[in-house]
Amino acid sequence: MNARTGILGAGLLLIERDLRLAFRRPSQVFNPLVFFLVVTTLFPLSLSPLPSQLRDIAPGVLWVAALLSSLLALEALLKSDAEDGTLEQMVLSGQPVVVLVAAKTAAHWLVGGLPLVIISPVAAMSLGVTPAAMWVTAEGLLMGTLTLSFLGSVGAALTIGVRRSSVLLSLLVLPLAMPMLIFGARATDLAIAGEAASGPLYLLGALLVFTATLAPFAAAAAVRIGIE
Amino acid sequence: MTLREFLYMGGYAAYVWPSYAFTALVIGWMIAAARRAHRNALMAARKRLEMERPGS
Amino acid sequence: MWIWFHKLGSPPHFYRIAGRMTPWFAWIGGILIAAGVVGGLVFAPPDYQQGDGFRILYVHAPSAWMSLFTYIVMALAAAIGLVWRMKVAHAVAASCAPIGAAFTACALVTGAVWGQKMWGTWWVWDARLTSELILLFLYFGYMALRSAYDDQQRADRASAILALVGVVNVPIIHYSVVWWNTLHQAASVSKMARPSIAPEMLVPLILMFFGFNILFGAVLLTRVRGEVLLRERSADWIRAVLSKS
Repeated sequence: MNARTGILGAGLLLIERDLRLAFRRPSQVFNPLVFFLVVTTLFPLSLSPLPSQLRDIAPGVLWVAALLSSLLALEALLKSDAEDGTLEQMVLSGQPVVVLVAAKTAAHWLVGGLPLVIISPVAAMSLGVTPAAMWVTAEGLLMGTLTLSFLGSVGAALTIGVRRSSVLLSLLVLPLAMPMLIFGARATDLAIAGEAASGPLYLLGALLVFTATLAPFAAAAAVRIGIE
Repeated sequence: MTLREFLYMGGYAAYVWPSYAFTALVIGWMIAAARRAHRNALMAARKRLEMERPGS
Repeated sequence: MWIWFHKLGSPPHFYRIAGRMTPWFAWIGGILIAAGVVGGLVFAPPDYQQGDGFRILYVHAPSAWMSLFTYIVMALAAAIGLVWRMKVAHAVAASCAPIGAAFTACALVTGAVWGQKMWGTWWVWDARLTSELILLFLYFGYMALRSAYDDQQRADRASAILALVGVVNVPIIHYSVVWWNTLHQAASVSKMARPSIAPEMLVPLILMFFGFNILFGAVLLTRVRGEVLLRERSADWIRAVLSKS
């Protein structure tokens, strides 16, 4: 990748590179997933195994678990590249930093968020969620995890130079993720009750579009500050 | 209106007075903390100048 | 026209001007607040529905307004600091955060107390309360991010970006009662329409709003002066300041 590579080409190259790196370290992919499943099972264990009661808390549990496991994986978005100087080289390469950050975020989601969406029906089923609601949950989580990846990219970029930044990162990202949590849990809630969940799902979609459009710019600015 | 009636706040005393008290506390803290911060900054500046040019 | 703007960006100039303005802001703000409190507690008639309980409005509404206003000032100062690379602007942004957090906490607590009486619950997850709580977390996150950096310049610039990212929450808080069906009531005082609130009730409220705003100015300027001192290394003007104090 050099200054002559087109923007799209650069972005795709970066996604490819990140995916390849991720698959060399499968634990980095599986750990957040396992965390998600474990956290989901903690609630039936600690609260009550009754399906009716589980169904009440299922939307919240699923979304909070997804949020937390995504946050776990976020630190890795930029840390290793920042540490070994690759991030600096990427910024110096002449490609727009916005595209680079967006590409890294997309790759991060493909590795972390998408698998989570795929196994979410399993977790949902263990909490007694109805099949129709499982579909809505997966849809919601699809948009939600993607939104979270973009929000997280801003947080990760802001905390590049900070040691042991995972708690700070969560503190920065979680307030911004609250609206998404509200709409996502509401969508699942409505679906379980058998009602149409289109309202919250559209709002989730709007949040995603808003975040995906603006977050890379903020993250790019933060990256430039972080590698000084 | 007597002082008693005033303090009673038509039955809402338990809600009105704590609210005002808390607000007063917050504003008091705000002012005190700001002044403290300024004072600390002055002391830090003085110390810094002492270290760079002793006796200044 | 921009001369005054860039002059304010000069730390010694700002320090001096702020020092002279602070007592004025402090006294005027204090008097306005005192007048507002007296007006609100004594002279305003009891409300038709809420009796004397509505008097919490005189501390709740100004606090809530200031929590938003402070964030706007913070975001504006952050943007100016980023664009013009002005240390003073960054100092203003840094100073705003603890003040804003305090106002937000005040709004939330007084609102909860009022809500407990009026709605029967001290908290509900409606759009306005939730977004105001998010504002509190944003202030905390901002302060946490600042303290995570040892280098002042990086702290300034990273937190500036965070402040700008979070500014999207401000219109959400403000318009939440318009966009959603919330438990929190909609605005009863608007600049455009005739206010739907009696004048004897309105005047103390306006006094409180102005009083809070002006007192905020005094507190902010005090903090900024401290922050400016921290950002300047061993400049000569600091020597002069220290010898005077």
